[in-house]
This record gives sequence, C-alpha cells and structure tokens, in this order.
Amino acid sequence: MILFELFCAFFEIALFSIGGGYAAMPMIRSQVVQAHGWMTMSEFADLLTIAEMTPGPIQLNAATFAGMRVAGFPGALCASLGVVTPSLLLVSLLAYVYRRWQSLSVIQGVLGFLRPAVVALIASAGLDVLLLVLFHGQRIALQTADWLGAGLFVLALVLLRARKMSPILVMVLCGVLSLAVGVLFGAA
Amino acid sequence: MKEKTQGKLWQLFVSMLAISACTFGGGFVIVSLMKKKFVDEYGWLDESEMLDYTALSQSCPGAIAVNAAILVGWRVGGAAGMLAAVLGTMLPPLGILTVITMFYSAFVGNPYVTLLLSGMQAGVAAVLCDVVLSMGRGVLAQRSAVKNAVMAAAFAAVYVFDVSVAMVIVCAGVLGAALQLAARKEADA
Repeated sequence: MILFELFCAFFEIALFSIGGGYAAMPMIRSQVVQAHGWMTMSEFADLLTIAEMTPGPIQLNAATFAGMRVAGFPGALCASLGVVTPSLLLVSLLAYVYRRWQSLSVIQGVLGFLRPAVVALIASAGLDVLLLVLFHGQRIALQTADWLGAGLFVLALVLLRARKMSPILVMVLCGVLSLAVGVLFGAA
Repeated sequence: MKEKTQGKLWQLFVSMLAISACTFGGGFVIVSLMKKKFVDEYGWLDESEMLDYTALSQSCPGAIAVNAAILVGWRVGGAAGMLAAVLGTMLPPLGILTVITMFYSAFVGNPYVTLLLSGMQAGVAAVLCDVVLSMGRGVLAQRSAVKNAVMAAAFAAVYVFDVSVAMVIVCAGVLGAALQLAARKEADA
C-alpha cells in the first residue's frame, strides 16, 4: 500500500513540475514533507543538498531518497517509476499535437505565465529553507538566530552572484567552514 | 538488420546511462550533452529536430532529461528505443541515491556530519535565493503588469494562504492559455 502511495505522490510531483529541476522542488516539499510527512523540513534540506551534488534529474534523486527511507529499495523503484510515467504519457501526446499542428504558440503562452508562478513557488520554498538555517525551526527572534548560518548564507550568496562560482563548490565550502568553526569552538 | 537495430538500442541505452551518470545540475545540461552525442557524433537526428525536442521537453511536465530521452528514443528506435533511453536515464540516479541514502541513515547522527550538512544547508538557501533573483529579474524585465501580478499572487497564495502548489500551477497555466487565445483572436480580427 505504501508502495502505491509513493508511486502516486511522485506521479503528482512529476505531473505538476514544468520547466526543470528547481520547479519540481516546491512540489516535492508539498508532497513529501507536508502531505505525507515522510521527511522533516531539515531532512528535505539535506535532500536538496544531496540532489544538487549528485548527477541526474532532481525528481529522480528525490524519488529514490524518499522511497528508500520510507520503504527500502522497492519504495525507491516505485517512486522513480512514478516520476517517469506522466512523462511517458504526456510527451507522446504533446509530440503528436506538435506534429499535427506544427505550432507551439499556445504552449508558449501557457509557459509564459507558468514562469512567474514558478519563481514565486521557488521563493516560497527557499524562504522556508532560509528560516530553517537561521532559526532551526524555533521562534523567530534575535536570541534564537544562528549567526554562523546567517554569515555562511551571505558569503555563499556573494560568491554565487558576484563571483559566479559553481553552486556545488559554494555548498562544499559552506559545509567545510561550518565544520571547521564547529570543531575549533567546540560546538560538536 | 535485426542485429543492427539491437546494436542501436544498446548504443542508445549506454549513451543515456553515461550522460545521466555524469551530468550535474538540471535538464539543460543533459539536453546539450544529448545533442553532442546523438546529433554530432551518431548523426541520428539533425540539429533543428533536437531544438524542437528541447522545446517540447521543457514544455512538458516531468524531468526535462526524461522527456528528452523519451522523444529521442522514440525517434531512433520506436517504443523499444523509448524504453531503452528511459531505463538508461533512470538507472544512475536510482543506483547512486540508493547507496547515498544508506550512508545518510548511518551518518546523520554523527556530530561532524551534522555540522557539515547544516553549513551546506546555508549554501542551498543561497543557491535558491540566487535562482529566484535571476529568474525573477527575467520576469520583471518583460514589464508585463499581468505577469508581475501573477508572481505576487502566487507567492501570497502559497506562503500566506497555504494554497496547494498544484492549484497555483493549474490557475497560472489556464490564465496563460486564455490570454494567448484571446490575443490570437484579436490578431485574426
């Protein structure tokens, strides 16, 4: 039963994520963290880190990670099949429509309006990750703030935007700095 | 002839396996590697076809890499080609993440790993922020009041009013289709 649930959840994720990896992320969060409670927000943030650092589409990475944690390898397999199935159905359909009418203008019109919505969705999910980094799910106040996390966030943002550094490198650097500070000041 | 087809399917499967196992970052990277392999190296399709397939895979729900694999697989070897390409794309993430998840469960309690991961979470937050800033600027640059309103409304709906993500996507898509059709009618008239 749990296998079928995994299949359906990732079927839905794939069905509503249009336009690449980051667009899938709010959908993954709403299914895996909010609707089914298969992961905590912190585990979800770890999943994003892992998915960013490993090859392959984020939807398939997320499916395997969530499936393995909930129901072992069969779970990973069912969730991955859930990701692929909507594509198999819809791509054939869209390819047929495209060959028939040779025009993508309505599709492009739809995409033009999905883009602003998707930006907003990513912003919303990103804000939750940022709050997790800054306050660890606690009440938002100066006393509960994680200043190391805040500093790393600002540093990472500067490296990404001003120096155009690769995201993977930036994340590794943040991890190493956090480890170094923790070991030096005995937080571990 | 049959052997030739089987050879082609095998080549398709192995190529997709290698491409999927070696590409970090989203679908666009994978699509450009597919172009190099299937258009430039094997000559199975021409460049304009590949461009159309890229547009189609972006317009379709699901992972861009999976969508592109389906289209190229179908074009090269029919239903069997489609299956070979999809399997090739699926297997590397499945294998790699299976192993990583096993390590994750074993290591996540370790204080050093926790420090490393919490630092990396700050990095992820920055990456997302960077994506939003770049994409958001792209939307604002179009100077379309309707699109800006859609962006603001979508954020409020999800973050403040807890509307489901799927609902937001469907509404934005329907609005886009309606406006496009209306604009076309106006152009015809």
